[in-house]
Amino acid sequence: MVAVIWFFVQNASQNMMKAGIASGFKFLWRDSGIEVPFNLTGYKPSDNILFLLWTGVVNTLLVSIVSIAVATIVGFSVGLLRLSRNWLLSTLAGFYIEFVRNIPLLFFVLFWYFGVLAALPLPRESYDVLGVVFLNRRGLSIPTPNDLHGLKIACLAIVVLIAAQVGVARWAAARQARTGRDFPVWPVGFVLCGVLPVAALVAGGLTTAWDVPTLRGFNYRGGFVMVPEFVALFAALSTYTAGFIAEVVRGGIQSVRQGQIDAARALGLTQGRIVRLVVIPQAMPVIIPPITSQYLNLIKNSSFGAAIAYPEIVAVFMGSALVSTGQSIEIIAITLAIYLVLSLAVSLFMNWYNARHRLVVR
Amino acid sequence: MSRLRERLFATPLDAVITLVCLYIVWRISVPLVEWAVYDATWNGTSREACTGQGACWVFIRARFGQFMYGQYPVPLRWRVDVAGALMVLTAGLLSWRGLPQRRWFALASVTVLPLVGLWLLYGGFGLAIVQTREWGGLMLTLVLTIYAGLIAVPLGILLALGRRSRLPLIRFASVVFIEFWRGVPIITVIFLASLLLPLIMPAGFDVDRLARAILGLAFVVAAYMAEAVRGGLQALPEGQAEAAQALGLGYWRIQRMIVLPQALRIALPAMTNEFISLFKSTTLVLIVSLFDLLGIAQAALADPNWVGMNMEAYVFAGAIYWFACFGMSQWSRLREKRLQTAHGR
Repeated sequence: MVAVIWFFVQNASQNMMKAGIASGFKFLWRDSGIEVPFNLTGYKPSDNILFLLWTGVVNTLLVSIVSIAVATIVGFSVGLLRLSRNWLLSTLAGFYIEFVRNIPLLFFVLFWYFGVLAALPLPRESYDVLGVVFLNRRGLSIPTPNDLHGLKIACLAIVVLIAAQVGVARWAAARQARTGRDFPVWPVGFVLCGVLPVAALVAGGLTTAWDVPTLRGFNYRGGFVMVPEFVALFAALSTYTAGFIAEVVRGGIQSVRQGQIDAARALGLTQGRIVRLVVIPQAMPVIIPPITSQYLNLIKNSSFGAAIAYPEIVAVFMGSALVSTGQSIEIIAITLAIYLVLSLAVSLFMNWYNARHRLVVR
Repeated sequence: MSRLRERLFATPLDAVITLVCLYIVWRISVPLVEWAVYDATWNGTSREACTGQGACWVFIRARFGQFMYGQYPVPLRWRVDVAGALMVLTAGLLSWRGLPQRRWFALASVTVLPLVGLWLLYGGFGLAIVQTREWGGLMLTLVLTIYAGLIAVPLGILLALGRRSRLPLIRFASVVFIEFWRGVPIITVIFLASLLLPLIMPAGFDVDRLARAILGLAFVVAAYMAEAVRGGLQALPEGQAEAAQALGLGYWRIQRMIVLPQALRIALPAMTNEFISLFKSTTLVLIVSLFDLLGIAQAALADPNWVGMNMEAYVFAGAIYWFACFGMSQWSRLREKRLQTAHGR
């Protein structure tokens, strides 16, 4: 075993010597000279390779986080619809699940990029939403706030409202334990955590000056442009993973035994309370571990962006930087290490969450 | 009729939902069918034949050979057909339970048959050699899946056993191997294999590009396969191995005769899932310029004689992937059901 590894290392160092590549991590501080068309970090080609890597990491995290959020929402919805009493609705949900699960993700990435987004109209004939968001062949243009003052106040208000809701819920629970009297926590919560925050955001948004994209010449200027690569990768990742999450949710809810629900109904709980107090607490421990691995898969699958040149880690670092420096061993090691750390971080967080929410079996 | 009412129109809300769903289905399926069947052009030889609004299936007909075989030389394509026929024949014979010497036949079909297949596809020993860079299309997809699977399944079983071994060194090595390959994206592994393998080999010794991709895929899938097998091993009661030990059987005989036959049966659905994801993952070889079914479809879009055939190419390739994966998962479900009823007796 040791001899085999020694043999490989020996060959590698000989081959690298022949190619004139010095091993080590000094190349990270060299100027990269690589263009990255889509970045949030303010990266320029005159920055060093380490900063290029960071830009790739940020892009990976950006598309992963947005896709995870949407995939979770779509996945839970489809999973619940799959269990709907309405035959047509559950069949349609089933169609969706079987459709996305049995086709390779790369197919969807290419399909969205070359099939859908390339067929979108030119900027001149963009689809628009309320005249502020524009979708065309060059990507999705969204407005950005000029200053964050109003929105900061709105966010502060939302934090206060959520704290108030937590307080009300605690107080209501304590009172119910003491006196047995019920309090409409959920309607109050809907106002405190649903209606008022939206109102705060609208108020914050109205008082802020926005940089709205406008058509100048052949393209939209201003605002923030989500490049088509981002939109395609995001659409593919979120719809694909949603199919898997839907199956997990369906399985989790079906794992709650019918007797539990019947017993809750016999106690006179309302349908909403049965779902909230009996079904969800028992389904969640079953749902969370497989959903974690779906999240991990999604983060790893964001590397499919390399196939359509979305500038994430693999594309900018394992692709561009490797070609320009030739430091293959170092670059591969760094890339793999980043993914391993990301995977480890997510699974540690989920283990912690899982341990907190584990069902106590007496 | 009452059943229909109960399942579609139980409450007014249900009725509204049903009607909305029907409307959406109508709006999606009618244009789709019009495009794919009613308005489509089926016959012809060139782009000019397609004048209608619908799909231009002429494109698929014209490129069918490429979609199936890639750049494999046309006069030699019979060799691929023979290899495919051999594979189907063997699978058919193996699924027949009354086959005499079934066990030996199965062993031969995973050892000798792959070599025969390789000989037919690649050549040598009297056949003209076809370089792997000329392979492509569905054939390449199947080659990647089958050969990576042939490495991944035994390796995965060994890793799963290693993870439960009593020797700390073997257990540690297995855990590290499994968690490492499961923690990184397959794209990076394919990159890794295609960049690193030439680097660690002595000068002048070249590893074929296809072989590199297969090896990379196989390692990742072996790690996932190991976890699937571990599930089966864990589901098996301890008593089975202990009883075998009490009878005086050694470690390998216990695994081979008692533990694995039962554990693999339990793990089969999970292993089939891994196999399906292997089949889907083979599309990633696109990034090292190997043209499997999806890659060929993508490359065909660049043909100046056939501009704007994106949808036709995607629908054709997507349909093949869908039917293959759906078929595999249905087969696994059917088997599971049959096993359950067999146990229920």
